[in-house]
Amino acid sequence: MERFFLANSLILGFFVFLCLYRVVFGPALFNRLIGASVIGTKTLIILALMGFIYGRIEMFIDISLVYALLNFIVTLAAAKYLQRKGAL
Amino acid sequence: MHIVSILLILAGTFFFFSGTIGFLRFPDFYTRMHATGKCDTLGALFSLTGMAFYNGFSLTSLKIVLIAVLVFLTSPTATHAILRGAFDAGVEPWTKNGKSVIDGQVRRK
Repeated sequence: MERFFLANSLILGFFVFLCLYRVVFGPALFNRLIGASVIGTKTLIILALMGFIYGRIEMFIDISLVYALLNFIVTLAAAKYLQRKGAL
Repeated sequence: MHIVSILLILAGTFFFFSGTIGFLRFPDFYTRMHATGKCDTLGALFSLTGMAFYNGFSLTSLKIVLIAVLVFLTSPTATHAILRGAFDAGVEPWTKNGKSVIDGQVRRK
């Protein structure tokens, strides 16, 4: 079962690299912003899977919870800031 | 019980895969947001539910379900906020013939 979790987190890491293409070469600022948000969601799942791989899920799940909250707050703050300022 | 969790995590990975493909292939900002907003929410929900099934009945499973509920509430909210910010900032939607579909009076400033 640990091998399945390891393979799944490797696949998710590959998807993170695919999304990183949009973050680096994205046409405007908003594409980079949603790229960062998507990578944050995938990182949340990878953190929880890493908890199962190491056998210490009760510690990793708290880190994952904090990461989910931070991802939401960062996205909301950036959206409000760009709404007032306009596309750069 | 492991079969159920494996199936749920594989379903979540499939949704992440389709969201990534849509994020890379769609033509403009709004359609990319359409792909990632749905697929990331569902992928995270399925993967976390599968992990909760694997972990069994404990306090950690309660926390995992709590994260799933949090993601299910906050991810559409964040998607809506980014879309509204982009629309107010003046990002034009993509059309096939290149004409703008937004009337100047509609957009609120």
